[in-house]
Amino acid sequence: MTLAYDDVVTRYEPVIGLETHVELGTVSKMFCGCSTEFGAEPNTHTCPVCLGLPGALPVVNEVAIESTIRIGLALNCSIAPWSRFARKNYFYPDMPKNYQISQYDEPICVDGYLDVDVEGTTYRVGIERVHMEEDTGKNTHVGGATGRIHGAEYSLVDFNRAGIPLIEIVTKPVPGTGALAPDVAKAYVTELRNILRTLGVSDVRMEQGSLRCDVNTSLNAPGATEWGTRTETKNVNSLRSVERAVRSEMIRQAAVLDAGERVFQETRHFNESTGDTRPGRSKEEATDYRYFPEPDLVPVAPDAAWIERLRTGLPELPAARRVRLRDSLGVSAEDMQQMTNAGVVDLVAATVEAGAAVGEARNWWLGYLVQEANSREIEAAELPIAPEQVARLVVLVADGTLSVALARQVVDGVLQTGADVDAVIAERGLQRVSDTAALEKAADEAIAANPDVADKVRGGKVPAVGALVGAVMKATRGQADAAAVRAILLDRLGVSE
Amino acid sequence: MPDATEPAADATGAAGPSGRISRDDVAHLARLARLAVTDEELDVFAGQLDVILGAVARVGEVAAADIPPTTHAVAMTNVFRPDEVRPSLPRDEVLAEAPAVEDHKFRVPRILMDEA
Repeated sequence: MTLAYDDVVTRYEPVIGLETHVELGTVSKMFCGCSTEFGAEPNTHTCPVCLGLPGALPVVNEVAIESTIRIGLALNCSIAPWSRFARKNYFYPDMPKNYQISQYDEPICVDGYLDVDVEGTTYRVGIERVHMEEDTGKNTHVGGATGRIHGAEYSLVDFNRAGIPLIEIVTKPVPGTGALAPDVAKAYVTELRNILRTLGVSDVRMEQGSLRCDVNTSLNAPGATEWGTRTETKNVNSLRSVERAVRSEMIRQAAVLDAGERVFQETRHFNESTGDTRPGRSKEEATDYRYFPEPDLVPVAPDAAWIERLRTGLPELPAARRVRLRDSLGVSAEDMQQMTNAGVVDLVAATVEAGAAVGEARNWWLGYLVQEANSREIEAAELPIAPEQVARLVVLVADGTLSVALARQVVDGVLQTGADVDAVIAERGLQRVSDTAALEKAADEAIAANPDVADKVRGGKVPAVGALVGAVMKATRGQADAAAVRAILLDRLGVSE
Repeated sequence: MPDATEPAADATGAAGPSGRISRDDVAHLARLARLAVTDEELDVFAGQLDVILGAVARVGEVAAADIPPTTHAVAMTNVFRPDEVRPSLPRDEVLAEAPAVEDHKFRVPRILMDEA
């Protein structure tokens, strides 16, 4: 039996933690000059270094180091004056060297935090560490059910991705979020993504895997003095999934604890279609990566001047930008929060910049467009409509060219075709009918078709004209201005108000 | 050399002559490294590795608090390369040494042995 979420959070206190992997947007790989281009022909971006051929020597990409330090600074971390790479030894077909160059006990950034706002409360998410490593190759599983590793007959490996700079950002455990744990987790990843995008260090596309998230969840039993056993949920590939994964894992663990059983520390996989988590491969033995310092690479020792130069070069970060925009747009803190959570702050700001009034820009993005994005299960920013197009709509509604209803039809057209607003209006004939002769003709037809109503109006029952207005609007497919139609009808009927 | 007066590692996995590495440790490491090691070899390697660890342990006897640990053979830091794309290997060459190739990818045997 599935427990109700509300029931779970009245009886258990969740603790969450997040591990986020980010592929940096460098043009070349972490330790060699191979291209990092996404979607290239398989195995065309490989060389002796990223294939792990004997005798090849890695050399660190300087931009990758700078990007990592900038991420650390943006997350309020201390930058280690001395940092080393380590070999993480394990065997897996996507790992050509049979070790991954990573960092172990000497990560480059430590002990930071990121504040996220959820429903009016600020939660400080502690950052344990930010470290550098390299991505693995990509496996394709053949045979068995729908490309899954389970039941596959064999696998195919493309090493283009092997060696792309990968940053792992690990939070400290986050207690005290209660029923909002799933929302805080999602807000953290959202804000982290905003920061990374603002820094320009990654294209942060979850659907392409350049931002990947593992979610740790545990529940404290009532009155417990120690935190409960945590599970690690992988394969969480969208912001929505972050929230869903935490929620479903909380409900699952509560059911386990209710039954008097214990939660196993294990890796679980999130299933996008069912929204629940399944156990991953059971480990035969505890992982033993036998980390040791990477002998092929010398330590990274950023001096204070370098770090300061990177710090002063940081762009305005999203939190500061929101405060500034809140002031310049003149919206309330509550509105700002709402726009932030919906991921439309920058879209609204750009729409205003393109000439729209703030209130209208906000209403379009928070209303119709966010609904459209939700129904497509994408982010508002991913809708195929630019802020400039929305601004154009706002202007056309303001000057009476479009009614709001027509404007929505125009938006639908833009979203369907990718054409711009004016092209959609012209092509679909959606502008308001303001041709007086045409409206008068439609008015006369409506009067002729509804003689009883017309008589009532002539007899002084002015409100009855509404039925005639409706008929004209219908005849003009909603493209007429209702007030103008009403005035024409009353005039034709010889009635004045 | 192991001290011949100390008992040799026994079949139950007890530690070697000086207790630095056991037969079980060697078996564990061999499994992690995907090496097939016979029972006899476990005894041989446990003894040999014990000697090596003993030699390395002598460093600890002279290490003083005022001497920083040596981390690298050369005292260098911050060796970087610019973020520039260099030519990759031709794909035909990359795949030429692979035991099996399909769709321009390395073909590898089934990864998970379970039937789930």
